[in-house]
Amino acid sequence: MALLELQGVSLAFGGLKVVHDLDLQVEEREIVSVIGPNGAGKTTLFNLITGIYRPQAGDIMLDGASIVGLEPHQISRRGISRTFQTLRLFLNMSVKENVMAAAYGHTRAGIFRSMLRTPGMRREEREIEALAHERLAFFGERLMGYRWDQPAFSLSYANRRRLEIARATATNPRILLLDEPAAGMNPAETHEITELIAKLREDGGYTILVIEHDMHVVEGISDRVVALDHGIKIAEGSFESVATNEKVVEAYLGLNTAATK
Amino acid sequence: MTDSTPHSSSIPASGPAVGQDEWVARHAARRLMPVGPLRTVEERLRIVPWWAWLVLFIAAMSLLPVVESSGYVRRVGFDTVLYMLLALGLNVVVGWGGLLDLGYVAFYGVGAYAYALLDSDKFGVHLPTLVAVPVVVVIGAVVGFLLGLPSRRLTGDYLAIVTLFFLQLFQTVMTNGDSAFGHNLTGGPNGILRIDPLHLFGHDLTVQHQGVFAVSYFYVALGFFAVVFVALRFVNSSRTGRAWRSLREDPLAAEAMGMPVNWLKLMSFSFGAAVAALTGTLFAALNASVFPLTFYFVLLITVYTMVILGGSGSQPGVVAGALIISPLLEMLRDPGKSRIIFFAVLIGGVGLAARRSRTLGVAAAATIAFGFAVHELARAIDASWVSGEKAGGFAGAVDHWVVHPAQLASWIPPVSYIGLIAATLLVTTLHGRLRLVALVPTLYLSAFVWENVMLAKPEPARYIVLGLILIALMILRPNGLLGERRVEIV
Repeated sequence: MALLELQGVSLAFGGLKVVHDLDLQVEEREIVSVIGPNGAGKTTLFNLITGIYRPQAGDIMLDGASIVGLEPHQISRRGISRTFQTLRLFLNMSVKENVMAAAYGHTRAGIFRSMLRTPGMRREEREIEALAHERLAFFGERLMGYRWDQPAFSLSYANRRRLEIARATATNPRILLLDEPAAGMNPAETHEITELIAKLREDGGYTILVIEHDMHVVEGISDRVVALDHGIKIAEGSFESVATNEKVVEAYLGLNTAATK
Repeated sequence: MTDSTPHSSSIPASGPAVGQDEWVARHAARRLMPVGPLRTVEERLRIVPWWAWLVLFIAAMSLLPVVESSGYVRRVGFDTVLYMLLALGLNVVVGWGGLLDLGYVAFYGVGAYAYALLDSDKFGVHLPTLVAVPVVVVIGAVVGFLLGLPSRRLTGDYLAIVTLFFLQLFQTVMTNGDSAFGHNLTGGPNGILRIDPLHLFGHDLTVQHQGVFAVSYFYVALGFFAVVFVALRFVNSSRTGRAWRSLREDPLAAEAMGMPVNWLKLMSFSFGAAVAALTGTLFAALNASVFPLTFYFVLLITVYTMVILGGSGSQPGVVAGALIISPLLEMLRDPGKSRIIFFAVLIGGVGLAARRSRTLGVAAAATIAFGFAVHELARAIDASWVSGEKAGGFAGAVDHWVVHPAQLASWIPPVSYIGLIAATLLVTTLHGRLRLVALVPTLYLSAFVWENVMLAKPEPARYIVLGLILIALMILRPNGLLGERRVEIV
């Protein structure tokens, strides 16, 4: 059984069908890339899976159980975490706190226990800190050392992208949704992100769904590629088969009318 | 891709180099860091843990009644501690939760009224203090929670309007509560009188001791303050505190990272309200009476000023805000002191600006010369124009400079007032030398308006001075005195 399964999911904003009758299956520990031109509905797909939008038709199943109608934080607790295309860090909090905050869903200490600093609360706090340390150490030295206590706004763009991934993994997810992780990166950083995504699956055991425009990244990481256009799945399969698919080429480049005439 | 790590940490972060973001990232810190002995002092001070600061602060505060025997000063000290408590509570909602709660002082009122109903002759209920205070805190928290329910999906302006409506609702209910369903519940505009004093360890805490404000309430308030400060500080560094601040930064991201945003908002409202209600019990017990109009806009604005001026989101900041504003408002009641404060702000403002440009220093000097010239000219034309002159002291010195007739023609106050506003607006639109020239009479006019118009009515004048200080501070330090540097969008 697929870990994540979408069955005939549809969403329209007024008359605009953003996602239409979409089926998608993601297996455990698979890396699936979602590609498509701007406005194809890729980010909307992520918003549907994470509960920010509610599908008007169809069902979304995580591990066999429907997650439609759950609040985003409930879905996050069930093991789906994401990054944002337009970075949404907690800019005025420290790097460490950004990651620690994301541990909220799987920790317990309530307000009154925090006020009294009970031993259990203090133990949990140490565990959260250790978790943050581990998640940030995943990126080598980039987010370590003095940057720990720096506010997130002081980070460079690439480091902010890294911090978003670190924060997403701190919710202890099973599925990671990465929304354009390589956007705005230079070639060296893009290369690094490619390796990183593979490493995320190996070390963390995550199932990864990634939206990406950089075809080198898509080629480098994907087990499977799904192409969307106008909310409809137009192709699915290996990178080679999707990249050469006529409909995909048409969606990106337009109809080759000169050749048909 | 062998050379793919231009940011590698093996490069020391010592000097500027292409692709070395360490150095760039530390740029702001380097600029803010003082140099020389000041830096050493700052580094040493940073090692001192927060609780040591708190203990020192409480110790210093508790010395106030020892060094000052005046009942008036002690009373101001007590009010200041109440303001510190209110500011701490508001900081939970505004500083951490990022929720613009304009109904905050209504919770203070709820606390005061709840205590009044539970401990007065009104209905003959006299709960012991140790029962009444926790009950009132719970009532405050519940009311905060209930108000939060309809507004939990609102943010920004909409939330502000709904909470403002709540403050108005509280006013209306309390003012008209003397005939609610045929019963007199709240005493209406006459309030509730003869409220019991606090009763601790077998003693009634009396307000007056041998005709002077007794210090017991001051110490009780200080004790409450210490407990609230520590409890809130612990919450702030827990998962709930982090979640509150995440909610302030980006509610959508917080929700996506597993934080129940609506619940957290309710908690934030509720905790702020509980602190306000606790403060309300002290207020009601000390004054032995409560009236609806105490809990209204002036108080709301004062507490907000403290939080913003001190640095919203920083606990020491909002305490410092209360510690500055509360005595300042008292001092401004006295024309002698408020004159000194006004001119200190004026001179300080020009002085700070003059540090940046020498020409402004010239303008300041020109204003002083201009003042004496105008003064002498006025005396030469008609001696009655300077007839209000006082002798000696700071006031006398000022009156040698500012034209100050004993009797003001009735048209002078409005004309000079509007003239000052017009002149200020003119100065902001002008540039270069012209601006400097226009600044001189504007500064002088402001001094004239102050001496002749504002000092005649100290009550509104003190809020105007407060506003001026706030404007000046917000320009110099937009994040408040002790607030962290913040960014909205990057």
